Amino acid sequence: MKALERHREFSRIWASAPGFKGLFSTVNHTDLGRMFLVTAFFFFIVGGILAMLIRAQLATPHSAFAEPDLYNQIFTMHGTIMMFLFAIPTFEGLAVYLLPKLLGTRDLAFPRLTAYGYWCYVFGGGMLLFSMLFGIAPDSGWFMYPPLTGAISSPGINTDFWLIGITFVEISAIAAAVEITVSILKFRAPGMSLARMPIFAWYALVTALMILTGFPPLILGSILLEVERAFGLPFFQAEFGGDSLLWQHLFWLFGHPEVYIIFLPAAGVISTVLPVMCRTTLLGYGWIVAAAVALAFLSFGLWVHHMFTTGIPHMGLAFFSAASTLVAVPTGVQIFAWIGTMWKGRPDLRLPMLHILGFFVTFVIGGLTGVMVAVVPFDWQAHDTAFVTAHLHYVLFGGFVFPILAGLYYWLPHFTGRQRFFYLGEAAFALIFTGFHVTFLAMHWVGLLGQRRRISTYMPEDGWTTINLISSIGGFILAIGIAMVLIEVILHMLTSRRSPRNPWSAGTLEWAMIIPPAPYNFASLPHVTSREPFTDDPELAVRLASGEGYLGRPNDLRETLTVEITSGKPDYHVIYPTNTHLPIIMAAVTGTFFLSLLLKAYWCIPIAVIGVAALAWRWVWVLGRKQDLPVQDIGHGIELPNASTVEHSPGWWGSLFLLVANATFFGSLLFGFAFLWTVAPGWPPPAWFDASAVELALGTTGAMVGAAAIRRARRANALRQPPLAWLGLCFAGTLTVAIAAAAITLRVPAPVEHAYAATLLVLGSYALFHASLGMLMVAFLVSRTALGFTSAARKTEFPVVQLWIDYLGVIAILVFLVVHLTGWLS
Amino acid sequence: MLVGCDGALSIVDPAGPAARSIALLWWVMLVGGVLIFGLVMVLIALSFRKRAACEDDAGSARLWIVKLGIAFPVTVLLALLAYGLVIGEQLLPRESGETVIVRAEARQWAWNFSYDDLPGRTTQDVLHIPAGRPVDISITSTDVIHSFWVPRLAGKLDAIPGHVNTLRIEADRPGTYQGLSAEFSGSGYDRFTFQVIAHDETGWQAFLTGETE
Repeated sequence: MKALERHREFSRIWASAPGFKGLFSTVNHTDLGRMFLVTAFFFFIVGGILAMLIRAQLATPHSAFAEPDLYNQIFTMHGTIMMFLFAIPTFEGLAVYLLPKLLGTRDLAFPRLTAYGYWCYVFGGGMLLFSMLFGIAPDSGWFMYPPLTGAISSPGINTDFWLIGITFVEISAIAAAVEITVSILKFRAPGMSLARMPIFAWYALVTALMILTGFPPLILGSILLEVERAFGLPFFQAEFGGDSLLWQHLFWLFGHPEVYIIFLPAAGVISTVLPVMCRTTLLGYGWIVAAAVALAFLSFGLWVHHMFTTGIPHMGLAFFSAASTLVAVPTGVQIFAWIGTMWKGRPDLRLPMLHILGFFVTFVIGGLTGVMVAVVPFDWQAHDTAFVTAHLHYVLFGGFVFPILAGLYYWLPHFTGRQRFFYLGEAAFALIFTGFHVTFLAMHWVGLLGQRRRISTYMPEDGWTTINLISSIGGFILAIGIAMVLIEVILHMLTSRRSPRNPWSAGTLEWAMIIPPAPYNFASLPHVTSREPFTDDPELAVRLASGEGYLGRPNDLRETLTVEITSGKPDYHVIYPTNTHLPIIMAAVTGTFFLSLLLKAYWCIPIAVIGVAALAWRWVWVLGRKQDLPVQDIGHGIELPNASTVEHSPGWWGSLFLLVANATFFGSLLFGFAFLWTVAPGWPPPAWFDASAVELALGTTGAMVGAAAIRRARRANALRQPPLAWLGLCFAGTLTVAIAAAAITLRVPAPVEHAYAATLLVLGSYALFHASLGMLMVAFLVSRTALGFTSAARKTEFPVVQLWIDYLGVIAILVFLVVHLTGWLS
Repeated sequence: MLVGCDGALSIVDPAGPAARSIALLWWVMLVGGVLIFGLVMVLIALSFRKRAACEDDAGSARLWIVKLGIAFPVTVLLALLAYGLVIGEQLLPRESGETVIVRAEARQWAWNFSYDDLPGRTTQDVLHIPAGRPVDISITSTDVIHSFWVPRLAGKLDAIPGHVNTLRIEADRPGTYQGLSAEFSGSGYDRFTFQVIAHDETGWQAFLTGETE
């Protein structure tokens, strides 16, 4: 088979449906990556326009441009859009587009999940845009502090748009994080051990794990606040045993890791692009990986530095101050490793390099001011002033936008297969760089002169007029620069100058393919023996295209293979699902759920929940097959089992990491309970839970029976015995858990009267939800077994269900103990 | 006015001991920050020199990563942390016979001040204190979160419903100082300000005996 013939065959198998309609059913990572990036850039423009409105308002004193009520929506939406609808989705889009190509494989672990995440992002983002167009956007600042966001101070729907819309969007972040984690760990080219992974993959892995552990506290906080607003459960109201500080802890437990979730992928871009611009390899690969991991760990230990002025004891603050300044060490390691890389090579001032230099200047200043505000006494002065606004823009624009622009220009030939033709980019860089520093350097000073953040106007006698005007002029210069980037990218897509393959002479695998990329990426998968396979073998692209690698024979299926996590030895063979509308429909039904909450159409919620459950059932069901697949020949004399016959299928790994996020959510809930108990005013509660030994024993036993029974079912299946009886017992055990959990929700003392009872209600509901989910999964497995979709060989669904039943057992027992013991002890 | 430090709300125009020690901290950090920034920029600029390629990766890693990336920031940061900790400790409200105690209660959008030395008297949006004596403000809120901040006298501290936080302020000299609420609190936030009037000894006595309106 010739290379061209192979290309046609593979393209037919992997292509999305033609035309515009194909976007709605595509599950291809190249398409979805581009869609993510285009949508995220659209939101960047929207957020940027809002920034221009802010600068227009603040350009002069006594500004009558926008009333406070409107202005409050503008700055709240600016922050919200840039954080949640631009920065995080840009990372997701870049990772979705690049990772399989960098890792030498054909797609991500769960193609339909990628699409589902994208549509959740679009629909959730759409909700927020809608609120803005109709003047009912969130208006309490992007960190939404209660009681200001509570039902008393903010009775309108504005706050609900934030809480519900952002939670909806966060589904896409969690989905992408699970996807990225499993893809990096399992879906790589044979031979690519962890130590041979491209550095961007390491950064993406760390970022994805941080999303899994960083976002759940915010999701929890949003749910609690929305429940408080909708049903009056007083989690954040001091007079009923709640505490507004709980929100700040949950928010910043997310919010600070968030900063590194934004920075790390950008650092991954720098670590990838910089060595190519300097014609060398990265200095200190191992050190950089260690630094990224250290940053991830440290970033979870310094959320309190956003709360230095809340009255926490000084020695407590000192701990978080130390942790906050120590973050500068792994950051310093990376900065100096990059400068060392420049010394090692010969830096060329090509356009991506200009943006990297922009990054250095901006980010180093942002880091230094960051150390300043991490020093507690200085923060007492600088907190909530324009100084902090300036600092955070230096960090985020320097640490994210400049690197992303470097990456944009670096990978633009890859996205489009074309060369730059109009050289607007250099002028755009000059405008962006100048405009940015004029805007925000000035803003530091006006902050020191006492200008608070978030004010809509000021007086001439405040003495801030000149600085603000300069700042606004800088802002508009910056905006013109960004507009020029946009124009250049559009012109670039319209002109027809073909780019040579591998225009930058890079060594990573994403360039070892035709550009723009074919839907299957590689006609055959490479065998990787170093970090820069394309440098080692300049003929690699041609050899892969002519089928010399693995899985080079088209056979009407979307095939790839996985590897063992550390060694990169081939592990098993995977067949992907093909184009489907299931993800967009599922996202729409999920959106119906959130919309029902928003519009308080509670009758619609059960319909949406049943809809999601039915679609999820179908989602998994269509992957099944009724015959055992034999071992698969992947070429070069290697035979691999199919994923349906292994213990730890991609679905098992996906469940595992989803449960990591879930466990963080549950841990945050327990933290919240302990926090309210020990710190909140207004304790003890007026009434304690009436503990019941019977319910406690019943629930605990049910959880243990469920876990034991699923194991017996799994063993029976392996021994070719019918597992149905054991599955039935597992269902009964899970049902018992559900009953005991339901009893808690029904028997808590009035939850609107005290945060104690409200928290117990949430704990009980959490256990009830997971018990219901467990019952659904066991029922699914029963249907599968009854209809012949499982066999001793096709066993892979048993471990997945076992994982969820085990998780249910652990959290249910903890919930029962916490609820009943607090009742007894008191 | 562009590069001036003075201003009614300026952190860098201190009028009390707390604000002064923080302003000094700022200037020290600014100088240190500029020096470090300069060093990094020089190192980046020097990488563009024409020179023979250096292929000793292990040696480079030791220099760049271990010395510059780890040892250098650790040294600087430890010194800074110790300095910050000492200043922070000095600013805490500690027991002393001299202290005047005031309660500050915030709501959207007004401050009510009451005085332990003058039971029954409250003032709205104007806080009276004696100059030259430490004043401990017990800060709380009745609705949403606010923050008590007199930039020229001391740092800020939040007013949180259900909690009472204590902030020490002191004015060197008699005079009027501008105060702000520094936590976003909705539509009245722009104008949510107050004044601190620091009296000399006779003025303070007059206030305590109810002669000052």
